[in-house]
Amino acid sequence: MVDLTQTPHGSLIGAAKTDKRLRRRRAAVFRLKAYGIAAIASAGLALVALLSSVVVQTSAALTESYITLPVTLAEADVDPKGDRDPKEILRADFAGLTKQTLRETFPTVKARKAKRELYDIVSPGAAYELAAMVSADPSLVGQTIDYPFLASDITDLYLKGSYGELEAQDVTGALSVTMDGKTALLSSTSGDFAGALDQVKARLLVDAETLRRKAALQNNGAAVFAKRAQDATTEADMDKNRKLAEARAAERDKLLAEAGDLEARARGNQGAEALSRDNVSLLVRVDGGWIKLTEVDATSAKGTVITPIPETVSGASNWDFFISDLPEASRKVSDLSIVLIEDLKARGAVDSVFNWRFFSSGDSREPELAGIWGAAVGSFLTMMVTFSLAFPIGVMAAIYLEEFAPKNRFTDFVEVNINNLAAVPSIVFGLLGLSVFLGVFGVPRSSPLAGGIVLALMTLPTIIIASRAAIKAVPPSIRDAALGVGASKLQATFHHVLPLAMPGVLTGTIIGMAQALGETAPLIMIGMVAFIVETPTAITDSASVLPVQVFRWSDFPERAFQAKTGAAIAVLLFFLVAMNAIAIVLRRRFERRW
Amino acid sequence: MTSILAALVFVAAAATFVLGRYRAVRVAGGDQGALHSRPSYHGFYGLLLVFLGGMGMLILTTVVSSYHINTSLMSDIGEAAPDMVLIERQLVLNDARALATGAIASKTDALRHEISASFSSLAQTWSWIRVFAVLGVVGLAMFYSQRTVSLAARARNKSELIVQAILAMMATIAVLTTVGIVLSLIFETLNFFSQLNWRIDKFLFGTTWSPLSGVHSGEMDADKVGAIPLFAGTLLITLIAMMVAVPVGLFAAIYLSDFATPKVRAWAKPMLEILAGIPTVVYGFFAAITVAPFFRNTGESLGLTIASESALVAGIVMGIMIIPFISSLSDDVINAVPQSLRDGSYGLGATKAETITQVVLPAALPGIVSASLLGFSRAVGETMIVVMAAGQGANLTANPFEAVTTVTVQIVMLITGDTEASVAAGPAFTLGFTLFCITLLMNVAAQRIVARYREMYD
Repeated sequence: MVDLTQTPHGSLIGAAKTDKRLRRRRAAVFRLKAYGIAAIASAGLALVALLSSVVVQTSAALTESYITLPVTLAEADVDPKGDRDPKEILRADFAGLTKQTLRETFPTVKARKAKRELYDIVSPGAAYELAAMVSADPSLVGQTIDYPFLASDITDLYLKGSYGELEAQDVTGALSVTMDGKTALLSSTSGDFAGALDQVKARLLVDAETLRRKAALQNNGAAVFAKRAQDATTEADMDKNRKLAEARAAERDKLLAEAGDLEARARGNQGAEALSRDNVSLLVRVDGGWIKLTEVDATSAKGTVITPIPETVSGASNWDFFISDLPEASRKVSDLSIVLIEDLKARGAVDSVFNWRFFSSGDSREPELAGIWGAAVGSFLTMMVTFSLAFPIGVMAAIYLEEFAPKNRFTDFVEVNINNLAAVPSIVFGLLGLSVFLGVFGVPRSSPLAGGIVLALMTLPTIIIASRAAIKAVPPSIRDAALGVGASKLQATFHHVLPLAMPGVLTGTIIGMAQALGETAPLIMIGMVAFIVETPTAITDSASVLPVQVFRWSDFPERAFQAKTGAAIAVLLFFLVAMNAIAIVLRRRFERRW
Repeated sequence: MTSILAALVFVAAAATFVLGRYRAVRVAGGDQGALHSRPSYHGFYGLLLVFLGGMGMLILTTVVSSYHINTSLMSDIGEAAPDMVLIERQLVLNDARALATGAIASKTDALRHEISASFSSLAQTWSWIRVFAVLGVVGLAMFYSQRTVSLAARARNKSELIVQAILAMMATIAVLTTVGIVLSLIFETLNFFSQLNWRIDKFLFGTTWSPLSGVHSGEMDADKVGAIPLFAGTLLITLIAMMVAVPVGLFAAIYLSDFATPKVRAWAKPMLEILAGIPTVVYGFFAAITVAPFFRNTGESLGLTIASESALVAGIVMGIMIIPFISSLSDDVINAVPQSLRDGSYGLGATKAETITQVVLPAALPGIVSASLLGFSRAVGETMIVVMAAGQGANLTANPFEAVTTVTVQIVMLITGDTEASVAAGPAFTLGFTLFCITLLMNVAAQRIVARYREMYD
């Protein structure tokens, strides 16, 4: 008998070498698991980043701003003929009336450039809406009404804080202002400007840092070209590279000198600091007027008057001091506009309401007027065409291939073809549509009909493959039973197999349609990128669709369109989620497991 | 006109159904068992005949009439103004058509009015021909189907045969689509190559891409249609995408199939499906608005110059798009490896990691390679991400921080650009054909790999 305690078993497990190997092998398991978790986590992170960047953009499009001002609809202005004809009223100069209203609100704004900035506070569309309102109700002529003017995109963005916050500073001292020609000299009894001076200097340091980084890049360039000059084989090449290197070096030295200057100004204690457009904006409000500071010290400052103040101010304790942390040079809204908007806000003329307009209007070049409705209708019409083509054709093809097709070369070829068609890039379908449907058959360009046909061909493989799977899943006993009681093959298929396969077929169709709804590239090929304001009413009208609208808006330079793009994506994703939810419900409710 | 005729055909078909059914009931005279086919099949047979005949005639006459009107008017214009170029003739024709239908024409002159008058008279004649042809066929079909109703008529068998034929035709639409794609692409491609005097090598191996630079002189410059920068750019972006997608997708698939608890799977799989369902235009927006500025700023703080339309950004975002594709396909093949193989490996004392790397993955390798190839072909053909996040200028570089352009971007630029459609179509369709061939080859390769190397365990 073997004595088990004497076997090397125990010592093997305890052996340092085996132990180490076991640890290593376990570590490998742990590592593989960690890689897996990291992969899932990074995919999840990407999804979260993507969705949150959409949500962040969308949030700025949720509301729109209105500026309510009293507007006098004098008969001479809006209905010169005096016959209250709605068409005549519509043609009146409401744009001029809007400008006049704004001028009356700010009578002190006189300069040409300042006036333009004043007019830009409201949207150019506001005048049309006012005209439409008066034309619909001519009894308003002659009255003075409070009318909410739609704010322009830049006003709206400022109000939403996209151009930095206007931060009110604590002031303790009393302010005195005297005028020296055009320059206002300000002084406070306590160091109210000291905090601002610190911010200005901090900003200079940031700028200096940026310049140094740029200088470093120039330095790299200089080194590269110097090396190339050294390695150059021809005289001309060497000369060229040496010159380039010298230019880079000169640029670097200039940047470094500028950075040094800025740093000296920021660190030194030379008293007053001049402000440029690249630095923070400092604004003072006193006695209803505004001063923009051009030079600041701890207790005193110099500035220019933006909106008038009394001739002299002495010892006013009721004054406000604001800092706008985004430099004027890097925002679209000027200091004057900020002042005007802040004044309007102080009067309670600014409202912000939910942006219904976005869901009810068509495309526009003005971001504040642009909406998604036209594209949504275009998408709907396109999807109708796609569905009415792809669904019957796809289901019939699937029935044939699954139930009737003889097993021969041609059927195999059709099958391979469908599989390959599913992997053809969508842009190629666009080219097909462009040359065949637009070119040969003369389908109207950029119409939902053309888009629907192209998308139908594109979704066809998806629907066929899904439908075949659903038909295949119906057990043969059903067919056999139907055939056994005397049904023909077609009757067995259409009366018994297809109804049972329908949930699966519909699920596949909806998923295919969801893909088609998000497709952009083939529609761009057939001209659906055109700028279309009207909402399409028929499948042969020019139209845009949701994803193409997203693409177009994302391309516009106006910042407000970014928010619109985000909102359009949110609408698109909503429809996609809804369609997929329907597919899931269908699958859960009706699909039978045999 | 067309829609009214189509509606008429529909109504006639419905009426034939009712009539045929009624007649069959009358013929049977109370003893429906005497009929070979049930009454509704008699009706259905008539419906099919009327519908197919009417619709077929409608489509035929529409195509023939528009072809005839176009050619005869074009020759009229050619006779009236012999030195007019083709594009201008088409413009005149469009304007004449607009004048005749009361729409807005770009210009009105004597020629246009003359053509518009002959257009009206031709269209008038043709619309009468169409009405008579369609109604004639419909009437004949109705008459014939009524006449054939009898006790012995095999209406069910006949209509089933027709339905089967329709089903078979629908199945060939997929083939027709492929044929249409190949024909439409190849036609323009050959046209383009003939403009280059068949210097196909210049297109395939040239390094300067600026196909529209010689358009004003009316000549395609064969030295400026080298597509190598586009191929290189596409390859660079696609490789970056695969470097993101393959490891992440594969490790995710391994984790989900062999490590994850059902609870983790329950939320991780839908998450990947959501990633797969997001439209590519949204990925493009994400790349352009969020990822590109992030990389540029990060690069700047590290002292690197990263272009805002760098290949890196487009590639990474494209990789994110491909992740679910790779992971779901790999998941399928890993799950398809039979449990007995795993159990055998565990039985020999292997750890989970050893089982996966030395048993499961080798068994699933053909499937994984084919999934990667499919992902690669999808990345090559992807359009919106690169249109929105990659560069537009042809730039031959391997530096991922620089902007490069791709085949799909150039197709979009050429087709949507300001250049006349007939000129831009040449290079665009040639690129499209190249793209089609590359993706087709990769798909076939993927299928072959699976077919040849897959181990059959069952």
